[in-house]
Amino acid sequence: MIAVVDYGVGNLASVTNTLGRIGMQSVITSDYKQIQKAEALILPGVGAACEGMKNLSNHNLSGILIDQIRRGKPFLGICLGMQLLFEKNEEGNVQCLGVLKGSVVRYQKERKVPQIGWNRVAIQNSKIKMQNYNSKFKIDQLFNGIPDNSYFYFVNSYYCDPSEKNIIAGTTEYGEEFASVIVYKNIVATQFHPEKSSIVGLQLLRNWSNYYVD
Amino acid sequence: MLTKRIIPCLDMKEGKVVKGIQFETFRDAGDPVELAARYNQEGADELVFLDITATVENRNILLDVVEKTAKKVTIPFSVGGGIRSVEDMRIVLRAGADKVSVNTGSVKNPSIISQCANEFGCQCVVLSLDARRVAPKKWHVFINGGRTDSGISAIDWAKKAVSLGAGEILLTSIDSDGTQNGFDVELTKLVSKRVTVPVIASGGAGSLEDFAKVLTDGCADAALAASLFHFNQLTIREVKQYLYEKNILVREV
Repeated sequence: MIAVVDYGVGNLASVTNTLGRIGMQSVITSDYKQIQKAEALILPGVGAACEGMKNLSNHNLSGILIDQIRRGKPFLGICLGMQLLFEKNEEGNVQCLGVLKGSVVRYQKERKVPQIGWNRVAIQNSKIKMQNYNSKFKIDQLFNGIPDNSYFYFVNSYYCDPSEKNIIAGTTEYGEEFASVIVYKNIVATQFHPEKSSIVGLQLLRNWSNYYVD
Repeated sequence: MLTKRIIPCLDMKEGKVVKGIQFETFRDAGDPVELAARYNQEGADELVFLDITATVENRNILLDVVEKTAKKVTIPFSVGGGIRSVEDMRIVLRAGADKVSVNTGSVKNPSIISQCANEFGCQCVVLSLDARRVAPKKWHVFINGGRTDSGISAIDWAKKAVSLGAGEILLTSIDSDGTQNGFDVELTKLVSKRVTVPVIASGGAGSLEDFAKVLTDGCADAALAASLFHFNQLTIREVKQYLYEKNILVREV
C-alpha cells in the first residue's frame, strides 16, 4: 500500500486516480500509523510552500516524514512535494523539511511565471550512475521505456537548486536550466506532475512502484 | 522550451456538454465523461470543464461529474463555475481538479483570488475572463455567464487579477464565441502582452489557421476550442500536426 500524504493542499485525488489506473493501491492519509505502515510514501503537491509547511506542521507530519525518509522508506515527492524536501524556500522565506541540501528559487529569466505546460526532460543518465552510487534506484530503471527528452507537465513558479549536483537525474529548460528530477538514496522527486503527464507519466509511476512495491 | 497547448473545453449545463453561440442558444454535444476520455486519448494537452450555469442558477458545481471526469484523464484538468470561496475551491480540488477557475465570483469579490492563491498557490488559480468589445479597442468584463456588463476594462481586470495572484488567464471573447470566425487576436495579444502569466485564448476557433494565428500573432500560450472538437470538424491531432508544420512548438502525440 502506498500512502499519499494528505496535508490539506494539493491535487490528492489526481494522484490516487492515476495510481488506480496502473493498478497501484493507495490511500490518502494524514494518519501517523498508516504512514508508518505504508510500503512507500508520496508527498504530492500543487500549492504554496508556506501553506504547505504550515499544514505539515498543523497535521504534525514534518517529524514523521523526516523520520520515515531517513529510515529509508521509498519516497516520491511531486512538485511542491519535491520542493519541501529542501532546506529553504524563497516563496515566503520558509524553512522546509531539509532532508536535501539546497534551496528553492523563482524563475528569473522567463517573462511568464508560473511555467504552465509541457516541457522536455533530459535524462542525466551517466552522471548519476557514476556519482550517486548510494541511490537504491538506478536511473535507467526509473526511465525505463521513456524516451530521452519526453514531454512532462509542469506547473510551477519555483524550482529546486540542490547543493549536490550529482543527485540531479533530469533537467529541463525554462529560461534557465533546472533540476526537474532528483534521485537520492530512497528519494525520487519530480518537479513535473507524472500523474498528469499522460503515457510517459504513467510509465514513470509504474517504474517507480514496480521497483518498490510488491 | 515550453510547448503551446491545445485545450478542448467542456461547457456543462444540466449534466450535459453543450455548445452555445455567443453564450446563448445551446445545443447538446454529448456526455462529459466520454468526451473527456476521448480527448485524453487524442493528445489534448489539458482539459477545461466549465459549469456555465452554476452562477446564474446560484448553486454549486456538479461535483459528481467532476469526480467521474477526473478519473478518466491523465492530463491536467481545470474546473470552473460558481466558485465563490476558498472552501468551494478546496472541494473542487478534492474532487480531482488540478486548477480551478474563478469568474463572476472574483469580479464581485476580488479578494477570493488572493485568498485562494495563498492557500493553494497561484498556479492553481485561473482567472476566467469573459470579454466583449464595447468600442473600438475597448473591451469590458462581462459576468453572470456573459449576461451582465461589469463596466470594468478587460485589460485592467486582467492586470489586477494577476497582481492578486491569478496564475493563468482563460480569456474568452464573447463576440467570437461559437462563431468559428477566428479568435479575437487583437484582444488576446493585448492581454498577453500586459500580463506575466500564461494566457489561454478562447472563443471563435474555426480553422487550422485560427490556431496558428492566435498562438503567434495573438501571443497566446494556449488555444481552447469546443464545438470544433466535439463535432469532429477537426481533431486535436490535425491541429497539432498543422502547428508542427508551421514550426510552432507542440507536444507530439
